[in-house]
Amino acid sequence: MPEFLLNALLAGMGVALVAGPLGAFVVWRRMAFFGDTLAHGALLGVALGALLHVDATLAVAVVSLILALLFLPLERQRALAADSALGVLAQASLSLGLIAISLIEGARPDLLAALFGDVLAVTHADLAWIWGGGALVFWLLLAWWRPLLALTVSEDIARVEGVPVVRLRLALTLMIALVLAVALKVVGLLLFSALLVIPAAAARRLSATPEQMALLASALGALAVIGGLGASAVIDIPAGPGIVAAAATLFALVQLARLVPRSVKQA
Amino acid sequence: MSAELLLSADRISVALGGRSVLSDVSVALHAGEVVTLIGPNGAGKTTLLRALLGLIAPNAGRVAMRPGLVLGYMPQRLTLDEALPLTVGRFLALAGPLAAAGTSAVAAETGITHLLDRPVQSTSGGEMQRVLLARALMRAPQALVLDEPGQNLDAAGQAELFVQLDAIRKRRGCGVLMVTHDLHVVMAAADRVICLNHHVCCTGRPEAMRDHPEFLALFPQGLPDAIAPYLHHHDHGHLPSGEVDSHEAGHAHAGPTHA
Repeated sequence: MPEFLLNALLAGMGVALVAGPLGAFVVWRRMAFFGDTLAHGALLGVALGALLHVDATLAVAVVSLILALLFLPLERQRALAADSALGVLAQASLSLGLIAISLIEGARPDLLAALFGDVLAVTHADLAWIWGGGALVFWLLLAWWRPLLALTVSEDIARVEGVPVVRLRLALTLMIALVLAVALKVVGLLLFSALLVIPAAAARRLSATPEQMALLASALGALAVIGGLGASAVIDIPAGPGIVAAAATLFALVQLARLVPRSVKQA
Repeated sequence: MSAELLLSADRISVALGGRSVLSDVSVALHAGEVVTLIGPNGAGKTTLLRALLGLIAPNAGRVAMRPGLVLGYMPQRLTLDEALPLTVGRFLALAGPLAAAGTSAVAAETGITHLLDRPVQSTSGGEMQRVLLARALMRAPQALVLDEPGQNLDAAGQAELFVQLDAIRKRRGCGVLMVTHDLHVVMAAADRVICLNHHVCCTGRPEAMRDHPEFLALFPQGLPDAIAPYLHHHDHGHLPSGEVDSHEAGHAHAGPTHA
């Protein structure tokens, strides 16, 4: 296997493994749109990194963490206005990012790579970011698993039982921002929320416990990475969209597989 | 009352969205007592519970809790997203490490043992009330705060639940503060009644409330001639699973005696 393909595989796997449990929380807490909005804002980070000659992942991580803090009050409210407000912010920050990039003189960052990922060009530094950041988030999720689950089920009951709800909600938001920053190289900002949501949604139908769903989402995500990169190598399609398309195919297969045994039983 | 003070609100006011919901409200819950909160819809009953639990901060006044108090809270309703695969047993265990040993004991106490392996989303409204009560009991609370525990239950189910609640309170000796619309429960089970309509209209022992105009105004049909818990005999009872239990001689109902 050529080294770039091996690196791409390692990068994709690293992101898929942590995206499983994190994506499960995104699905359970209906934060998909929030993640998407955050991802749109990441383009500002890309532009800032290029302007200041800072490592792109670091710049995106910092900007995403700040945006996550600013957007947090929006995630809390369940009012009608919440999704409209997120929609405004998503497109506005994407536009600002595009403008910022156009203003850069000299070597501009690769826009297509930022939007759709460039996993075949990951460096060893990228791999260190992905596995380091991924391991940190994975460990935090594991350490806080029960209280995170408790506040997902009912924030009121969790608070009465002494769970630090506000801090944990903040932590979860920051974890999404960090994973976004390290995943940018793999799927790009436009496809980021798909990587969180699709494997978790596919795992739902096959799971009886939250833990099963989280781990299965990791496994399905890893499978999608193998499928997408394989297709990319064989039939020369772009890798990031290939991975997401593979995940969507798995999702569709799970839905179909659920229908089959039922119709067999009825026959 | 000389018993230990568990929870109290001292002249609190709460405004939500610019609208005053509670003004100058004081309540207290002591160890071992049952306090019922009654009042018309929109009177601020749930808001008062939430302020006492520390879920919302009052705009004025003070809420106090005995240090180290373990609380059990049963909210009015809980709907769980279909996307989360969670059994009733796991839902109970989410109460935390304090709880782990007691899941089966609490399930037996509340009559939901047969539900433990079922997805939470598949429980009926009445079953969910019992599940929420069980969750509130998981941490062996010294104060139980219940927001309309009898809703979604038919008359028989309500009566059964309140008999059960009474037994739980006697066994555990915890203080109970609950919102209820059931006059018979108020009369039969409460040590103290608080009649709330944005402010405390009246408060006192249930039998002392009968002549209070603001209390009577809550029951436009008038009070029944006599209010007392009574025992009557069914020729059969029902197990929590719904099976007929022919060994049960009868069970207590809190209800009116008809003159």
